[in-house]
Amino acid sequence: MMPDLGRYAFEVLSSYAVTLGILAAVVALYLWHDARTRAALRDAERRRQARDG
Amino acid sequence: MSLWEYANPTKFMATTAAVLPWAVGVAVLTLGGGLLWAFFLTPDDFRQGSTVKIMFLHVPAAMMAINAWIMMLVTSLVWLIRRHHVSALAARAAAPAGLAFTVIGLITGALWGQPMWGTAWVWDPRLTSFLVLCLFYIGYLALWQAIEDPDTAADLTAVLCLVGSVFALLSRYAVFFWSQGLHQGPSLSLQPGTRMDWAYKAPLYVCMVGFAALFVVLVLIGTRSMIRARRLRALELRERMA
Repeated sequence: MMPDLGRYAFEVLSSYAVTLGILAAVVALYLWHDARTRAALRDAERRRQARDG
Repeated sequence: MSLWEYANPTKFMATTAAVLPWAVGVAVLTLGGGLLWAFFLTPDDFRQGSTVKIMFLHVPAAMMAINAWIMMLVTSLVWLIRRHHVSALAARAAAPAGLAFTVIGLITGALWGQPMWGTAWVWDPRLTSFLVLCLFYIGYLALWQAIEDPDTAADLTAVLCLVGSVFALLSRYAVFFWSQGLHQGPSLSLQPGTRMDWAYKAPLYVCMVGFAALFVVLVLIGTRSMIRARRLRALELRERMA
């Protein structure tokens, strides 16, 4: 059940929305960078194996 | 067994692969549980009303913004003194998370300050040094991006980190010796006497652990990712030379 935030509802809800938004964005950034690096490294390893036999 | 063994990228990757799932579990439980507890189950403060709920975001975020920079300082010193690449990569991996915590601290502080102080911003020593810390985070990340050679980038960002530490420490300790400004003293203290009721203190501790656990998870993911990027760079260089 939603708590009664009274006349400070805007400040409290904005704080939680901004915090959750920034945290979600920074987690997504780390995961995206990790996935991109993994894929690029996998491709490079495959090329090296194909070249070296 | 020496701590320096973990500076070996292979050892670091093996150890963190085992630790990471547990760290993610702790972060999800404490951050999720702490924020739900703080938002839904804490009572209004007799003076601050429902804005007290902002404390559970602002205090852990500000704490971690400063702690992240201190962690970067330690790993930068390890890089400068012992030249362990993993420590330089860990410092770099911590910076985006530290910047995110700093921005959260600034925005939630403004949203809390407007109804309580009557203003979202004052040029108070603690607030100003925290804003300068935010600018240092941005400069630190920009410097890493701007320099192509990783070792040179690690050297220069380590020096920048040493300089920025003055502002990280100022934003934590300015309230003790700089008695002007609107920002109150520390929310939690080891001094005798109750400063905060356990109805607030318990969820605050859980949120602090949650923010810290999230930081650990992000640094581990980021450092592992940068070790892979370093290996990728080496392979690409070899390809170009072949």
